[in-house]
Formats: sequence, structure tokens, C-alpha cells
Amino acid sequence: MSNRTNKDSPDTGRRKTLRTLGAAAGAGVAASLSPTLFPRAHAQSAPIRIGAQFHRTGIGASYGRWYERTAQAAAKLINDEGGINGRPVELVVEDDGTDPKRGAEVVEKFAAQHNVDVAYGTLFSHVVNGSAPRAGELKLPYIVVSEGYHVASGKLNRYVFQPGITDVRSQVISMAPWVASNLGRKVTMIFPDYAFGHDHRDYFSQAIAAQGGEVLELIAIPPTETSFTRHLPRIARDTEVLYHVMVGPGVLTFVKELGQHFGSQRPEIFGFIDSLEAVDLKTPQLEFLEGTYFWEGYPRYAQPDQTEHDRFYRAAVSVDDNGASISDPKDVSTYAHMFGCWETLFIIKQAMEASDYGGPADRARFVEAMEAMESFEEGRNHPQGRKVFDARIHQCFGHQSISKVEDGRLNVVHRTSIEDGRYEAEADYTTMPL
Amino acid sequence: MDFGPFFLLATLEGLVQAAVLCLTALGLSLVFGVMRVVNVAHGEFFMLGAVMAWWVATWAGGHPALGFALALLLAPLLVGAIAWAGERLVLKRVSYDPEATIVATIGMLYIIQQTTLLTFGPDARAVNPPFYFRVEFPWFGYSGYKLCVIAAALVLLLATWFLITRTRLGLIMRATRFDRETAENFGIAVGQVYAMVFALGAALAAAGAVLVVPVRQAHYLMGIDPLLLSFIVVIIGGLGSIRGTLVAALLIGLSDGIISVFFSPTLAKMISTLAVALVLVFRPQGLFGIRARA
Repeated sequence: MSNRTNKDSPDTGRRKTLRTLGAAAGAGVAASLSPTLFPRAHAQSAPIRIGAQFHRTGIGASYGRWYERTAQAAAKLINDEGGINGRPVELVVEDDGTDPKRGAEVVEKFAAQHNVDVAYGTLFSHVVNGSAPRAGELKLPYIVVSEGYHVASGKLNRYVFQPGITDVRSQVISMAPWVASNLGRKVTMIFPDYAFGHDHRDYFSQAIAAQGGEVLELIAIPPTETSFTRHLPRIARDTEVLYHVMVGPGVLTFVKELGQHFGSQRPEIFGFIDSLEAVDLKTPQLEFLEGTYFWEGYPRYAQPDQTEHDRFYRAAVSVDDNGASISDPKDVSTYAHMFGCWETLFIIKQAMEASDYGGPADRARFVEAMEAMESFEEGRNHPQGRKVFDARIHQCFGHQSISKVEDGRLNVVHRTSIEDGRYEAEADYTTMPL
Repeated sequence: MDFGPFFLLATLEGLVQAAVLCLTALGLSLVFGVMRVVNVAHGEFFMLGAVMAWWVATWAGGHPALGFALALLLAPLLVGAIAWAGERLVLKRVSYDPEATIVATIGMLYIIQQTTLLTFGPDARAVNPPFYFRVEFPWFGYSGYKLCVIAAALVLLLATWFLITRTRLGLIMRATRFDRETAENFGIAVGQVYAMVFALGAALAAAGAVLVVPVRQAHYLMGIDPLLLSFIVVIIGGLGSIRGTLVAALLIGLSDGIISVFFSPTLAKMISTLAVALVLVFRPQGLFGIRARA
């Protein structure tokens, strides 16, 4: 409206707009074509381009922000130390909007427009499930930090890997014995009503039954829910352990409402930190969580037995001993998950070096190099701990922590072994054609 | 939980939902009634109310009650001002043409949502309730603040009702709604009435959001649900009928609360949508609507 004066007829205004649009589109096409027009101009020093798919917006945005920071920190370290195969690493970041449809488009964009070497990234299971088929069709390696069982289930394809974070099935079976013997055997579960929540429902129910326990009630919460009070009456009265895992913008409300519902008369509560990643435990009304337990993929608060690797990693991603950003103590990290982005980037580097990766033509060799891996030793590149990699299901298995909330901080009370979380592989990606 | 307490909880939840819905839907209904504008951006004004509340409360600091009181005062005013500007800059320029206003308000929806994303960011942020106490029923505990939301919404609704039926301003609004041309002939500045009504509609949505934000959270995508529910309410109640809007909001809010508790939230949404379809088939003017004047 503003650039249309009274003298202009609507027609000239429209023409002007069209002209501007045309010029912009032309510039865009030229910009996107130029790398393919002159691909050989800077062959050896050209960066290795890693398509990084993150939740910059949508309900996963706090995870996305920290996933991106962690990935950039790892890329910086790799570049400071000479890059991959002598070439610098460049992250090409695209926002998937925490939306499966957009996720598939991002994968498409990585392959067609950005010409990335491999794609890497995102968390939410529905986005991974939406993106993975396209990555398979494009034969673009897609290495996720998503935690769901979808990769290990064998339902995706040979190009999808999850080498940096243990999947939910392994997490829950490794912790069920501790829950049964320390908290109770009659469990009510509250979980989000989509793939990630269903993994919890299916595998924890099995695992607790194997410990002689039972699940009294399964409460599935639609992902867009903003108020939870209405679901809470379904918590069975003789519940010994309330198991909760909730992801989405409403989690803080969920915990507050849980507090209002129970008051001081509560069962033991075991939750997944997923609910409270990026949330300060000292937020008012979260006092209700005092004395409850959480799974943590990686302890948010620096523990008394902190390793030198954790100290190094924490500094590299600019996170303080309380798990918050060094520059802004109110900006709490997603510490229990984001280490996966750090570790995964080093695994990509390792596989590219092992396969002498030169360019997109070597993607199949890269996949085989990934499948040749067996374990990752604890160290600077793997600060969370040792992991075993099962190439058949493209999934790693690591240690899990159970932490107790004490004085508004999470103290680790139990660490599972890798064997606690092993299960029989039900698929074999390596037999699929490349 | 036994049926009795379960039902009590469901009713309380439904009443909170209905109270906020009354305010939001009333705003939408007023705008349609007076201006014949279907405001697709209405949910974004709700969201803006919540976001402004967070901003005001954070800026004010100090005791949560102070920040909240300021937010309840300032957020609707600010949102009203934004809506007023939107009306002057956009809706007036398209001469309130029904099709054009739908497209224009869709544009406003995206502009408001994306601007919020750019400035406020993608995170959900909590606003502390002005006070916190737990009402202890023998079977379960309930947030005392939520009960106060119902009371506060009632007060705001009464104030709006007073404004519309008992003041000169309300008389002018009703006259414009009844017959635009005659009102103009009697010297009423219809354009200004429109701008004011649009601002009032947005302010009502914002007030509802401020009330509810301490029990939800402010998030840039939170406007979608209230928009859908408001449309459902306004269609069932009868487009432009204020009485119909209030009755339908109570009906939908309560049934949504109760069905969600006893069955599932998805079923509650399905039933509300089905109700809309049935109303449109058997009583297109809505429960309390009057057929549009030719």
C-alpha cells in the first residue's frame, strides 16, 4: 500500500510489484544455480556441506535452538582442528518448523538446492518419520538425534542412522528394574499421543511387567493440549509410581497442574526430563517436583564426579554448571539431549574419514563406513560416555542417568549399564540395497 | 475417582474454558455483528494479549500481582490499539468488502504471528499468577486462581453488556449494527464506530488471554484453538447475536470440558464440529440468530 501513490493506477502498482518479484526470483535462481555451474572452481578446499535440520520454530523450538548451538560448537572444534579430510565443515541450517511435512521439504531442499553431502539433525519423532522416507528416496544419508525407536525398529531405511543418542526402548528397559525396586510396581503412565509417546507406552509396559509390576492406567495426551487437569482424575488411586513424559509447549502447565491436583499427597513420581528441558527447575510452583526422579540422557547439573570431558564439552557449548547458558542464566539448555548433536558430528567425521569421502558420489561408501562402526569410547568427542553401535538397526546404546530433584537441582542417583538397555535387534538395514 | 467428584472437576474445567471462551467469542461476534467482517485474525489478538501480558509482567517486575494487574489493564489497551490501526490501515481501505476482509484478516493473522515469532521468539513463556492458593476438595485439589478466572470473566462480561446496552456509545454501536445507512443519515460517524468496535473485539480477546495466561503459557501459536472455538460458538449461537454467543460459549465450553474429562479431548472437538454442521444444516441463522436484513 505504502509505495502506491494516488497517481498510480492499481495496474501500474501491480506491474511494479510483479517486476520487483520477478527480479527477486531471478536473483534467487542465479544464486542457487551458481554453485552447480562452477563446481570445479574450488574443488579441494570446498567445504563439506552438512545439511542441519533443526526445530527453529514450532513446538520444538527450545530444543532446536540448543541443537543448533551444540552443532555449531562441534563444527567449530572440527574446523579448528583441520576439518574433515582436509576440508572445512559447513553447516547449512534449515528450519523444519517441528512439522513433518516441512521436514520432508527441508530434506528435499538439502539435496536439490543446497547440494549437501549428508543431512543431520532433528529431534521430534514425527518430523523424523516424515523426513526419513524422502532421504531414503534421494539416497541422502540422514543422521538423526531423535531418541525415538523409529530408527531401530527397522521401519525407516538404510540411509537413516541414530548413532549419537540411545533410543527410547533401550532407555526405558534399562531403567525399569530400578524403578520397580526403588519406587514401586503399580504404575500409571502419562505420555504424548504420538510415536515418541507410544514407544514409552509399549516398551515401558513390557519392561515393568518383566519386573513383576503392572501398568494400571495409560493416559495419552493429544500433542496440542494446553491444559491437563482434565486428564489427572484418571490416575488410578492405588498408583505407586506416576510415570510422566510430555513434550510440547504446555509442559510447565502440566507440572503445575499436577501439583495442584495432588498437593502433598502424591505417589512417587518418575519423569522424563524431556518435559522440562530448557526449563529452569527453580521456576515458581515447580517445587512440587522436589523429591521426584527424572531420566536424564546426560546430567544437566555438573556432578561431583564430573569428568574432564564433560568440563571440556560444557565450556565448548557455553553452558554453566547448572546447565544454563553462560551468557544468560535464564536460558536453560536441553542438556540431556543435545550432546547427541555433538557426538553425532564427530561420528560423521569419523565415517567420512574412514570412507575417504570426497563428494556426493561417495554416499554409499559413507553409509557402509557408518555400518562398520562398533563402539565409541568415552572421551572429548563422546563426553556422555561409551556407546555400543548395532549396525543392523543403525542405533547406538549408551548409559542412562536417573536423577533426583534436591533443592531445585538434579543429582544423579543411578547410572545404568549399557547391557541393561540392550534388546534383540528386530531388523537388519544392512541387507537392504544401497 | 468416583463419578460425583469426577463430574465436579469436569464442570469446573468446563466453566473456566467457557468463561474465557465467552470473552473471546463475544469479541468475534461483536465485530461480525456490527461490521459484517469475518475476522480470521481474531485468535492472533488473543495470542497478542497473552504475549503482551508476559511483556508487561516481566517489565514491571516486583510482586506477580502488580505485574498481572498492569497486564490486565495495559494488554487489552495495547492490543486494541493495534487492532484499531489494522482497521484504519487495512479494512477501511478495502471498504469492508466481505471477501476482501477475509483475505485481509488472513494476512493480518500471518503478519501478527510472524512478527511475534521474530520478537517474542518461539518459546512458551510462563506468567506467574497474581496469587496462588490451592482449593482443597475432599477428592482433589484445584487451583484457586482458576476459580477467580471465572469470576473475573463474569465481571468483564457484565461491563461489556453495560457498555452495549446502557451507554450512548453502545446505542451508537447498536444503531450502526441495525442499519448502517440510516445511522449514517443520523450523523453517526460509521467509520469511527467500526474502528472502535474492531478494537473492542480485539481487546476482549486479549483480556480473555491475560486471564488465562497464568494457567497456560504464552506461545506464538496459541491463537489457533481460540479462533476455531470462537467460530464454532459464534456460528452455533447465531452470527451477530450477543445472547446467542454467550449461551453457545457456555454450552461449548462446558461440553468440551466434560466430554474431554470423561472421554477424550479429540471426541469433544469432533462433537463441537458436528454441532456446527447440524446447526448450519437445520438452522443456518444459528440458535439465536435473526435472518439477515435484506
